Amino acid sequence: MDQVTHTEPPEQHGGRYDIRGLAEPDTTAPKSAVISGQTAELDAAELSTRQINLELRRLVYTEGVTEVTVHNPGARHSIAVGLLVRCRIRIDGSLGYFGCGLIDGPEVNITGRVGWSVAENMMSGVVVIDKNAGSLTGAALRGGDLVVRGHVGARTGIDQKGGTIVVGGNAGSLTGFMMQRGRQIICGDAGNGLGDSMYDGAIYVAGTVASLGVDCVEAEMTPVDDELIDRKFRIYRLDRPASFRKFVCGRKLWNYDNLEPNERKLVL
Amino acid sequence: MCGIAGIIHKGEGDLPFSGDVGREMTNMLQAMKHRGPDSSGFALYGEPSELLVMRFKLADPNESGDFAYSERLARSRREVESRLAKIGAAVDRMDGESEYAYRATFRYEGELKPLADFVEDVPGVEVLSLGHSLEIVKDLGDAETVAQQYRLDKFQGTHAIGHVRMATESDVDIAGAHPYWAYPFSDVAVVHNGQLTNYHRWRRRLERLGHRFQSECDSEIIAVYLAQRMADGLSLETAMKQSLVDLDGVFTYLVVTETSLGMAKDEMAAKPLVLYEADDMVALASEEVAIRAVLNREIDTSDPYEGEVMVWTR
Repeated sequence: MDQVTHTEPPEQHGGRYDIRGLAEPDTTAPKSAVISGQTAELDAAELSTRQINLELRRLVYTEGVTEVTVHNPGARHSIAVGLLVRCRIRIDGSLGYFGCGLIDGPEVNITGRVGWSVAENMMSGVVVIDKNAGSLTGAALRGGDLVVRGHVGARTGIDQKGGTIVVGGNAGSLTGFMMQRGRQIICGDAGNGLGDSMYDGAIYVAGTVASLGVDCVEAEMTPVDDELIDRKFRIYRLDRPASFRKFVCGRKLWNYDNLEPNERKLVL
Repeated sequence: MCGIAGIIHKGEGDLPFSGDVGREMTNMLQAMKHRGPDSSGFALYGEPSELLVMRFKLADPNESGDFAYSERLARSRREVESRLAKIGAAVDRMDGESEYAYRATFRYEGELKPLADFVEDVPGVEVLSLGHSLEIVKDLGDAETVAQQYRLDKFQGTHAIGHVRMATESDVDIAGAHPYWAYPFSDVAVVHNGQLTNYHRWRRRLERLGHRFQSECDSEIIAVYLAQRMADGLSLETAMKQSLVDLDGVFTYLVVTETSLGMAKDEMAAKPLVLYEADDMVALASEEVAIRAVLNREIDTSDPYEGEVMVWTR
């Protein structure tokens, strides 16, 4: 990543009008956080989404703060997005949609729940959610760990390209839809169409699976798989279910079948 | 995109409980203004009364007003009044919320369908809602604008649903705005977020049963479909479960009757809904920020899963 973007003063990020004329124009970081040494407390109650994000950027990029606690997030959308440095962020409450998207490095703990598309396209880092998450959790995840202690909605880890998603509760339909790499560990039950059209990667499920998606097959658990699960559960202090089943790509969709149906009959 | 919201106050024991549903629904919808700024609509349930409440419009607000516009509306209004009298409805009062939107209360014992048909036969007139406690208010603009225009701030009631619309399939006008009343069944209304792909098939089927459709909006059939199923003898919950099989497309909808609030989500779970359940109330919305607009504290919420149907009864 370009180092210049890290040190750029946050004021220069604001000051642009939203193309649709909807968002607050010319916002600057409110500088309302209380900083003590390397930690900071930010009360978001009276701030707009943009102000919260600008203030977070100011703290972790220019003030040298490494631990931020955000109070009263009020289930707002798009909070703590695009942070590209290592830091600790604790969100004391719930977030709406697109929380912690596009981050590279931060360790985030959300004590409430999150809406759709949390940690979308996370490159690296850790996001731990103490309650439920909505659909599209960890969409296009590239790396890092995403841990949801509660239940998740549909299409968890859609288009996942790396990293690990751990779900303490149940998952909805089309979990791991089109995933390309990475791992998902589901402690509860999975809905219909598990691993539909997945290319690669592995999904571990401890509970029941309503149905498998297209080209998703069950594979044998190996000691390596168990060790990985053990390690992740130790890190995040989760209760490990006794046994998991592993699901992977059946590789039937990897190549196009170039024969027309009647040609195929001739070959056979 | 569209945003939907619902709230129901559960009665404590035998006591009928009512809340500021007008204000609450306005706050919920205003918090979701970004999901649809085209029009806003409310279906509110006040205390049930002996009298029937009818909300109707004489024209659409964005109709290009010609020179005779005002006279035409006045003429339509007189025509509606005389038709109500002719069919045997003893009008208690008739208030104009604006030049084109009216609220009438009257005593009437007969079937609702002939009355609604007779009134709607006046050119441009549409019955928005008809029932003993249901009142549907919908107009162009955001929730605050509509609430102010129709003075919903003081509305006391038991439950409500609302909708902010971003028009995708039909025009931006009152006819295309939600909620939809389940013509011609009293006190049933629906709001919907999504698209129905077998709309024309169901519209033809329901039209053959004698129902009329005022708009080109796909959501209108959900209301009529459910009401028809209930008239056929199904319970609300069974009718909603059946709708998951019968309706194609992506949808999350909320339905209200005189005593219940229900939600249904299609099997793809393509449209969001956040649920907050407590002992005294239930609130649902497309986004949690809407629920926070009435409960300004940290709350535990969850997303209903795909293919789920839930009904709460007072």
